[in-house]
Amino acid sequence: MDRRDFLKYSGSVSLAALLLPSFGNVIAAESLTDKLDVGMKKRLADTALTVAKADGATYCDVRIGKYLRQFVVTRENKVQNVVNTESTGVGIRVIAGGTWGFAATSDLSPDGVAKATKQAVQIAKANSKLTTEPVQLAPVKGVGEVSWATAIKRNAMEVPIKEKVELLLAANAAAMKAGANFVNSTLFQVNEQKYFASSDGSYIDQDVHRIWAPMSVTAIDKASGKFRSRDGMSAPMGMGYEYMDPKKEDRIELPGGAVVYKNSYDIVEDARLGAEQAQQKLKARSVKPGKFDLVLDPTHLWLTIHESVGHPLELDRVLGYEANFAGTSFATMDKLKSGDYKYGRPDVTLFADKIQPNSLGYVGYDDEGVKTKRWDLIKDGILVNYQAIRDQVHIIDEKASQGCCYADSWSSVQFQRMANVSLEPGKKKLSPTEMIKDVKDGIYIIGDGSFSIDQQRYNAQFGGQLFYEIKDGKVGEMIEDVAYQIRTPEFWNACAAVCDESDYRLNGSFFDGKGQPSQSSAVSHGSSTTRFNGINVINTARSLG
Amino acid sequence: MSMYTETEARAILDKVIKLSTADECIAQLDGSIDGNIRYARNAVSTSGIINDAQLSVQVSFGKRVGIATINEFDDASLKKVVMRAEELAKLAPENPEFMPGIEKQEYKATPTFSAKTAAITPEYRASIAAASITPCKANKLVAAGFFSDSQRFSAIANKKGNFGYQTSTNADFTCTVRTEDGTGSGWVARNTANVDSFSAADDIKTAIDKAKRSADAKALEPGKYTVILEPAAASGLISFMMFGFDARQADEGRSFLSKKGGGNKLGEQVFDERVSIHADPADPTCAVLPWDEDGMAREKTTIITKGKVDFLNYSRFWAKEKGKKAVGRPGNLIMAGGDKSTMDLVKGTKKGILVTRTWYIRMVDPQTVLLTGLTRDGTFYIEDGEIKYPIKNFRFNESPVIMLNNIEEIGKPVRVGDDESPLVMMIPPLKLRDFTFTSLSDAV
Repeated sequence: MDRRDFLKYSGSVSLAALLLPSFGNVIAAESLTDKLDVGMKKRLADTALTVAKADGATYCDVRIGKYLRQFVVTRENKVQNVVNTESTGVGIRVIAGGTWGFAATSDLSPDGVAKATKQAVQIAKANSKLTTEPVQLAPVKGVGEVSWATAIKRNAMEVPIKEKVELLLAANAAAMKAGANFVNSTLFQVNEQKYFASSDGSYIDQDVHRIWAPMSVTAIDKASGKFRSRDGMSAPMGMGYEYMDPKKEDRIELPGGAVVYKNSYDIVEDARLGAEQAQQKLKARSVKPGKFDLVLDPTHLWLTIHESVGHPLELDRVLGYEANFAGTSFATMDKLKSGDYKYGRPDVTLFADKIQPNSLGYVGYDDEGVKTKRWDLIKDGILVNYQAIRDQVHIIDEKASQGCCYADSWSSVQFQRMANVSLEPGKKKLSPTEMIKDVKDGIYIIGDGSFSIDQQRYNAQFGGQLFYEIKDGKVGEMIEDVAYQIRTPEFWNACAAVCDESDYRLNGSFFDGKGQPSQSSAVSHGSSTTRFNGINVINTARSLG
Repeated sequence: MSMYTETEARAILDKVIKLSTADECIAQLDGSIDGNIRYARNAVSTSGIINDAQLSVQVSFGKRVGIATINEFDDASLKKVVMRAEELAKLAPENPEFMPGIEKQEYKATPTFSAKTAAITPEYRASIAAASITPCKANKLVAAGFFSDSQRFSAIANKKGNFGYQTSTNADFTCTVRTEDGTGSGWVARNTANVDSFSAADDIKTAIDKAKRSADAKALEPGKYTVILEPAAASGLISFMMFGFDARQADEGRSFLSKKGGGNKLGEQVFDERVSIHADPADPTCAVLPWDEDGMAREKTTIITKGKVDFLNYSRFWAKEKGKKAVGRPGNLIMAGGDKSTMDLVKGTKKGILVTRTWYIRMVDPQTVLLTGLTRDGTFYIEDGEIKYPIKNFRFNESPVIMLNNIEEIGKPVRVGDDESPLVMMIPPLKLRDFTFTSLSDAV
């Protein structure tokens, strides 16, 4: 996750920054439902395709995007900010002299598009002098004119601001009534209207929606100066405003009493519970470090999957394209080619996809016009594949891209991004309660917290929101100051059990950062509650004297 | 077109202000041309140019605020954007923390623009990549790097007659050099407003040297060590800590600068007395715009003097609540130091660890600013004033507050860029005792 974006937009540090978000232009609410005319987009795309060909490009793709975002930011009984942003423009990518070139412009006139296309070709030609490995693109058959849209039930952009504000303020009031000292709640809504055209003969119009309602409830003990926060249990989802309308069947009470949510979210209840739990955290016993069996709820495990499986299995990292920034990977090609690299225990299957309903990664086609799908990364514990796009798949002897190319804006060049990466549920019937029954000395972790992992994805450290002691098969008292440290292959080989599909839930990140210039992408990770044996837990309490 | 002259920008902003019928109107016009080149595996991977400009209009009726923006600047578009902002303001809930527009400010121009940086071409960027790749190939090493440059203008105006216009440039270069077998990795970074003094061919030598010397690292036991953090390694921890310098957070009791029983630690000794940090928008080594996000004029400001906290960020609202004078928020961070280079600090070290770069730094506990992260791209064991051998990377769990109380020596500050901080920084290499490493990493 990109720290700067998160801090900027979560409102946890500086709300002034929200006045002029770099994501795009701030616009009035009524513009959030405007759409660019498809005929106009096709004409502009054809302009770019024609100019690129005339200037000597052997391939060209054009992305005309209108990216809409709305942020509603509140604290306690105040609305701090309502910001609508729009960013519209075109990004043109070409291959000339066997080399990529890219240019982008907000000038959507035919002249502006033609000029940017010429610039992209000029860049490609300037850089082709250094090319040693000409770009090899896996073939994609043009699909003609098609469209795809997230199956939302209620467009969040059309919901009146008043309704959203009232909901957030009701949640804040519930937290304050339950004893919180402070509460921040935010609603993020995203609509990406993306038009993709390429010299392969595709014209793809997509309408993608996402929503997230992060919250943080803080309790303070003035006498000691101690403060603790409990973040909300919502998940960012590829859904419309229906996610904010809680349904009984989506409420899950976990062993020990904590409550989490599935495909809809009760922010008011979560705020109340958050206030109670933040106060409990102030008084909770500090953990005694050592080796513990960990039972990880999906609200927590998603981030561990993201860092220790999603990132190391990105082919661009494996190959060294991210060596200067995000890093490389321990899961090297020789491990894949050996066909027997034990990434995890035999009951561990982790898969990638861009097609899970309600997930953040769900689209019909990726940002280079490839139809999306599901594929295995780790099958029965063995490393079997990576995530790869058109200009990479020849390296792993695949014929077609896996469809996980993405750009966070019209102005950013598309590249390989993480698909949804999820842990397949256990095949045997197993609930979290049944799983915990077998744990003698363990810790139950709910919600994600601090996270950090090295540049090859070996050594990681994770915190959480709620930690409960497990003693002799029962969830006991809340404990604090917990973080666990892992070495990735040992961790997944310490996986002892995975709950069944009735416990499977999605969570994810709105702001997964990668690339230079850095880009954010939204990605989901599904799992059921999972047990890992003998994991090293450290105590994070310190004193400033 | 995305770069406007002062006259052109003023004409647009004047029109906007005149069009507005609201109680208050603030307009901001920004434009930029951003270029970049990225390379890996000794070849260019991506390269691009982005042109963009935007106008933002914020209006208010009483305490109701509306904001709208547009990226077309003809008369009809300007009228439309003002109308949209005013309609939105009329529909918006009252913001109890609303602050009226700022009075006319005195902005003193700062040296943020370099004609040479603004004149960078695609061929120049390609030459940076070549200057990295060619020597790496010759040394059987693999380069992965990124060079980005930007030229931009910012213009602001409001109904009370405030106006500011300034252009700026920036260039940022980073390169990671790895051995072909992946057992060694070195890194170099350079951040500057003016590429006159920049030579990729010189800088790459540092990364090449570190890559060669870091191969076949030995494992040391995790624990507390004397460390020398190079400026880039120290900056990630220090810039993270600066997020805690918010007066409101401190007064509310949720910052390491909160006081037991209430209030904040302004004026208190929190760090070693050798720690002094200030901000100066006009410092020629790290100049920033002479106004902050609210348009408030930036001044030279001391932040920490001899270990005492003498500045907290007061938002205009919080300053009013607490009876303080609101001042411009700093845009840079200049830590005082001596004249010694990193290698001078190494020479004076009996036993210790040299850290080139810190990575993936995240907050573990905001109460103590306990941060975790890892060393990367060149970690070495020092004995008797010499670099003895490369060591495996460590995970640290350390608070910059504790770290800045464990100072042994401070070297000469250099300008550093940080992907995760909005601040332009001058940070010295730091020699610190009892730095806490909690586990080993196998990553190279």
